[in-house]
Amino acid sequence: MSGFDFFLSSARLTALGSGALHWPDQNLLCISDLHLGKSERQARRGGPVLPPYETRDTLGRLAADLRDTQATTVICLGDSFDDDAAARALPQAEQDTITHLTTGRRWIWISGNHDPAPLDLAGEQHRDITIGPLTFRHIAQPQAQSEVSGHYHPKARLRSTSRPAFLVDEHRLILPAYGTYTGGLRSTDPALTALMGPRARAILTGPHPVPIPMPR
Amino acid sequence: MLHLPEQILNWFTTRNWTIHPHQQVMLDRADHPATLLIAPTGGGKTMAGFLPTLAELADGNHQGLHTLYISPLKALAADIKRNLRTPVDEMSLPIRIDDRTGDTPQSRKKRQRADPPHILLTTPESLALLISYPDAARTFAGLQRVVVDEIHALAESKRGDQLMLALARLQTLCPNMRRVGLSATVDDPQAIAQFLARHPDPCEVLQADPGPTPDIQMLQTTEAPPWAGGGAAYAIPAVMQQIKAHNTTLIFHNTRAQAEIFFHNLWLANDDSLPIGIHHGSLDREQRNRVETAMVRGDLCAIVCTGSLDLGLDWGDVDLVIQIGAPKNVKRLVQRIGRANHSYNTPSKALLVPANRFEVLECRAALEAVRQGDLDGEPRGPGPRDVLCQHILIAACAGPFEANDLFAEMITAGAYATLTRPEFDACLGFCATGGYALQAYDKWQRLLQRPDGCWQLRDPRASQRIRMNLGTIQDSDTLKVRLKRSRGGKPLGEIEEAFAASLTPGDTFLIGGQTVRYEGLREMTVEVTRRSGKRPKIATFTGTKFATSTQLNARILALLQQGNWLNLPDHTSSWLTLQQQVSQLPEPGRLLIESFPHQSRPHLCIYGFAGRNAQQTLGLLLTKRMEEMGLDPLGFVATDYATMIWGLKTVNDPAPLFELAALRDGLDSWLGENAVMKRSFRACATIAGLIERNSPTARKSGRQATFSSDILYDTLRKYDPDHLLLQITRTEALRGLVDFGRIEEMIDRIGPRIDLRHLPAITPLAAPLLLEMGKVPIKGAAMEKLLQQEAADLMQKSGLSSLPD
Repeated sequence: MSGFDFFLSSARLTALGSGALHWPDQNLLCISDLHLGKSERQARRGGPVLPPYETRDTLGRLAADLRDTQATTVICLGDSFDDDAAARALPQAEQDTITHLTTGRRWIWISGNHDPAPLDLAGEQHRDITIGPLTFRHIAQPQAQSEVSGHYHPKARLRSTSRPAFLVDEHRLILPAYGTYTGGLRSTDPALTALMGPRARAILTGPHPVPIPMPR
Repeated sequence: MLHLPEQILNWFTTRNWTIHPHQQVMLDRADHPATLLIAPTGGGKTMAGFLPTLAELADGNHQGLHTLYISPLKALAADIKRNLRTPVDEMSLPIRIDDRTGDTPQSRKKRQRADPPHILLTTPESLALLISYPDAARTFAGLQRVVVDEIHALAESKRGDQLMLALARLQTLCPNMRRVGLSATVDDPQAIAQFLARHPDPCEVLQADPGPTPDIQMLQTTEAPPWAGGGAAYAIPAVMQQIKAHNTTLIFHNTRAQAEIFFHNLWLANDDSLPIGIHHGSLDREQRNRVETAMVRGDLCAIVCTGSLDLGLDWGDVDLVIQIGAPKNVKRLVQRIGRANHSYNTPSKALLVPANRFEVLECRAALEAVRQGDLDGEPRGPGPRDVLCQHILIAACAGPFEANDLFAEMITAGAYATLTRPEFDACLGFCATGGYALQAYDKWQRLLQRPDGCWQLRDPRASQRIRMNLGTIQDSDTLKVRLKRSRGGKPLGEIEEAFAASLTPGDTFLIGGQTVRYEGLREMTVEVTRRSGKRPKIATFTGTKFATSTQLNARILALLQQGNWLNLPDHTSSWLTLQQQVSQLPEPGRLLIESFPHQSRPHLCIYGFAGRNAQQTLGLLLTKRMEEMGLDPLGFVATDYATMIWGLKTVNDPAPLFELAALRDGLDSWLGENAVMKRSFRACATIAGLIERNSPTARKSGRQATFSSDILYDTLRKYDPDHLLLQITRTEALRGLVDFGRIEEMIDRIGPRIDLRHLPAITPLAAPLLLEMGKVPIKGAAMEKLLQQEAADLMQKSGLSSLPD
């Protein structure tokens, strides 16, 4: 499986081409912003009826990453569901898929701004959690150290190609959104340039994850 | 037969005017259900359309709306209002006239619905909105006539299909409504007549006297046109002379980008400070209005423009039309020439200016076609179903409907006459539930069927969202350009999002004829500062490119075979002679392919003469095959005449590449992953209501990350490959941007007659292609290799790669 290895604090991490983060020493896989149930939420609010396949697609890719990494701990970094009602309205088949994936693993749901309330699902639920040297939370805190977060859906551009990207500097790592129906925020956005240090790198996802100096 | 009331007759008499013959015939046929009038500009066409209305309204007895006038341009509606008001006042007729477009203030719009004028001037989009209100029947009560202006332009686009569906609705509300279409010269009047009339009503076609034959020539310049490009800067001095020799000159361009560059260059050469303006669809409305007003006053001696001025605005004293760049399409050229000279009896005067060497050939071919009155056109095929979906949603906004009734109504629109019930039901299903193989939202469907069988919106509040997204014009991916707030924040116009994304602060580009510097993006607005006089660093934003018509391409091929090129300028004939010596010239009924090394990379040049879109598709198809065969193609470029491909590896055996039957078979899988398909999908999905351009909550913050329509497309392809929108996209792309029909036509034309020439170096005919803009990179193995290289370079240069992790 293709990935790009790097260090945050003393942890050796691998950015996978799928947008998932692998921490081999902890046997841990971290993904952010799944936004499961987005199409249901849109339809419920009287908007267009989007193709209702994104939950299946997102979970399918997650299952593949779990199969490849054999991770025993999983952290969902928040915004796992597009809203709390979407979590409750998940079709049976997809609930079963989640149950299947969570069984036999330590599964940690971090709450996000889209899904602040506790979920009715197997696994632990936290606002943030510290494992080894790293702290995992949904939204980055400007003064934090050794922090892994999501929320911003970062993407970056190389040549004329724009791809979801990991952003990493000495203090923090921001994960790209993993969900199928998610957009991206350019790394040049002030929200991201303010957070990331001058030597930050962007690791582009795709068939062969590659690091570049973070475009500002 | 309608008699003209005295006030109107007197008005004509006191002005010493006589009624044109075609105006009289329109009066005679006033009670026909549908009539199509084909008349040149300046032939009193508008008056011909309105005379019966004025006659019927003269006695002041009619209550409510009488005549609906629809034009493709907002400006035209306003213009007609002015031009109609004057004679109506002079005739002292008791007639209320008002216009209604996207620019009309909300308060006036509300009043119009409750108390409509006798004559309402509007656009297809505003009409669609009007019929979406539950009180539409009251608004349109009493409606007698509909006048569709510039119907030839509407008939070419989805805006026209939308209009005809709206007219079908109106016809149900007002069974006695009569239809009149006003058109410029077209290749197939019968097709437009069928488009206009309620199916299967008859529709007579009335041809007005076309006037004298236009005087049209190629512009003589001392300098030869360049080998490639569309700027035509070489012709600036000659064009300047022509401007000075005429009262008012319209200078047409095929793209907004070309218009911007030409205007910039013209301005630099404008030593006498002649008043010259620019007008195109990307400019801010206020800027356009200013130019239009100045033009009507006769203050401008030239105006650089695009298709935005193709239509019948009354532009005062235009006595010369200049077409920069090959016209691509003979019909459009003829319609543009018609913009010169509003007096009926003098010939229109026009000059063609080829922008490059190849276009000299195309201009020559077009001149001959015009002289022989040989117009080109391709039938559009059945009405697009994305527009149908939108109209089902519009019907639902207006109130509950019966599926049978709606179907019966829709097939009275000519373009939808062949629509089958299952096709309609699929569209209804899409509107109701999304039409997915997996029925996921039992509770949340958009339309519900009530116990009595009628369909209605599940949530009546959805009508607001639907109305916000009406229309078929695709301008979703443009960003507004403004001067920086500290410099006044003045709006300048719009640029395409993709172009904006390519800019970095400090870059300079052209908009509205001025050079501006890109400062940054602020809440979905591009902020710029003025940089007067400086040469723009980046040429300009891209714009629509038309493909050369099949018929013109055939004429060019014939021209190439002529052997002596006495009717072409020396610079062009000597270029062709050189090509003949070095290689050979493309022939009708054969396919010439040249293979040569250039800058140490192998190149292939395929002269298909199939038009830009088809040559582009051919490039994509061939590079896909090369990718599969491990030939590492790097990119290609396509023009209207040829496709050139380059890569990392030499093509030693090109034969398998050109097995055209295999290309045809491979089309399907290829088509799916193609960027052009994704672009078509976005358009269809937006029109059909799957993607909202505007939503009540969106755009509040530019940081709101919306996900790309490409993701929806990929998801549907993966989980629901037979979905209605994918079917629509495919149909659309095959005859539009992909234009595979033209490739098939080419395959039939050449059969097995392929001439492959191996040559030691690039040929005279192929060289200009390397100078073309718009090279398409192939995102395959070769690209991934280069991407890795470039990323490594960047890390190296920035010093980041030497840092410890």
